[in-house]
Amino acid sequence: MARYILRRVLLALPALFGLVILTFVLSRVVPGDAAATLAGDAATPAQIADIRARYGLDRPIMEQAAIHVRQVLTGDFGRSIFSGRPVAEEIIQRLPATLELTFVALFLATVIGIPLGLLAALDHNGPIDHLVRLLSVGGLAIASFWLAIMLQLVFSMDLDVLPLRGRMDVALGQPARVTGSMLIDSLLAGRLDMFVDACRHLVLPAVTLALPGLATIARFTRSGVLETLQKDFVLYARAAGYGRVRLAAIYVLRNAVNVTVTQIGLLFGALISGAVAVEAVFDWPGLGTYAVQAILSADYKALLAVTLVVGVVYAVVNVAVDVVQALIDPRVAEEHR
Amino acid sequence: MTALRHIFRDPVAAFGLLIVVFALLVAILAPWLAPYPDDAFESHILQRLRPPSAEFPFGTDNLGRDILSRVILGTRNAFAVAIAVVVAAMAVGVPVGLAAGWRDNWMSDVLMRVTDVFLAVPQLILALALGQLMAPGIGTAMVALAFTYWPFFARTVYAETRRLRGSLFVDALAGIGASPTRILFLHVLPNAAPAILVRATVGMGFTILTAALLGFLGVGAAPPSPDWGLAVSEARQHLPEAWWFPTFPGLAILLLVLGFNLLGDGLRDAADPRLRRSRR
Repeated sequence: MARYILRRVLLALPALFGLVILTFVLSRVVPGDAAATLAGDAATPAQIADIRARYGLDRPIMEQAAIHVRQVLTGDFGRSIFSGRPVAEEIIQRLPATLELTFVALFLATVIGIPLGLLAALDHNGPIDHLVRLLSVGGLAIASFWLAIMLQLVFSMDLDVLPLRGRMDVALGQPARVTGSMLIDSLLAGRLDMFVDACRHLVLPAVTLALPGLATIARFTRSGVLETLQKDFVLYARAAGYGRVRLAAIYVLRNAVNVTVTQIGLLFGALISGAVAVEAVFDWPGLGTYAVQAILSADYKALLAVTLVVGVVYAVVNVAVDVVQALIDPRVAEEHR
Repeated sequence: MTALRHIFRDPVAAFGLLIVVFALLVAILAPWLAPYPDDAFESHILQRLRPPSAEFPFGTDNLGRDILSRVILGTRNAFAVAIAVVVAAMAVGVPVGLAAGWRDNWMSDVLMRVTDVFLAVPQLILALALGQLMAPGIGTAMVALAFTYWPFFARTVYAETRRLRGSLFVDALAGIGASPTRILFLHVLPNAAPAILVRATVGMGFTILTAALLGFLGVGAAPPSPDWGLAVSEARQHLPEAWWFPTFPGLAILLLVLGFNLLGDGLRDAADPRLRRSRR
């Protein structure tokens, strides 16, 4: 098992290294003259030359690339052009908010999606099946930023039952920062009122974000269960007198859910993309709003750092997914020996 | 033809095809269908934010423009962006997939590693970075989307080519002296076409969604373009009074993407007999 994990980590590294190179190429080649972009429209040639020297843009391109790689590896993304603070610091400040949102959304999508998929498969071509199919196709077609605004319109503005934006009511203050996750921090501080408020703030963003994931998970679970139901061992188990529920929920699902778990890893990318939109609508102070703010202030350093950090998170999640898959089905790890 | 017949037999997929064909007709005939075709650019401040009525079925926006007309005119944008992006992504991804899947050599490794780099980060994030580095605008958004979508085609075609390269008919063609280029483009490619078509159909829907999101975030279409995503973004300042303002452009996105997804689903079933069995 340990060897399998190591192998998966080693496989993920080349792509991440490639991503570092790609961001370098993007930041140096695409804007034309990076120094002029940094200096702004009203800069004099002397100022541009000064910036060029300060950022090392006058050195040979290979040397610049080497410096860039070394900086990224040591976690040094430079200073934000917009705020002047180190980008790495700002990202660490904001990453927990995004992770909290995406993991809650992923959790919702999984605990609702898998049972829905199972029900749909057991009710093959029946009313539940059609309903789930409609939901799963519709969930993937809905623009998350639009859904977010519609939910705000109904639940925050019209009915006024859920908060409009942010992570916590300003009047309550904030729990002492330990992990950066409001849910965990408020519990650690022993403040139940804060925990409840954090949950209320999470409902709309998490539901918006979870819907596309839920759709995908339900759909893959459904097809996985349908396929497994045709296997011989199911026929045997049925003949041996296993109960319908026990058979479906334990034996069939464990065999069928592996495809779904792979999808969860791939979904994480969609969740991060969705988080950009959802955070922008709900003023969620995470990486997504940071990226949007970086766009609006033309802060390319911040944006490239976000790209890299998301790449790393994405890689970690996908390795974790492979490990979970090997735990569910030990044959997976053995095949790769 | 078999595929088309299969789609007509599957009511849900046929519904998807209907939506797509309908939207395409709307896009082509947009200037004649829209009740106020000039409202793409003209504003009428005196009639701003009117609720839906017989005169303006979808209401008017913050500049007094008829939202129905703008939704109809926006169909053109959506199709233009989606078609351009998917075609460009195909033009890059298909040859890369064919070349990488044909032989196991260093070039194949290099191509697939490069593809992996692009897949190592969610498409939107990369498109945002790219869209920002170039001057933001609809053209930039299209380039960024195509630049980040081609790996999906490369992956699909790579898998298909690897599957097909061991077939008897490929050996036979090589035996009678057909060149690799000829085999790949005239014989392997047509066999991979169903998979590419499914990927392209799903990609159309996906691109429309992502392009709308880019417009919403301010990296895509710029005012006064009747872009759907942009309209939703402009509407945010006028909530909750003007509920109709974001609702109808958003519904247009939903309907068109739904059409492409249903059609893609149907095509996938028609193309892959193994999946077909599980549905019947």
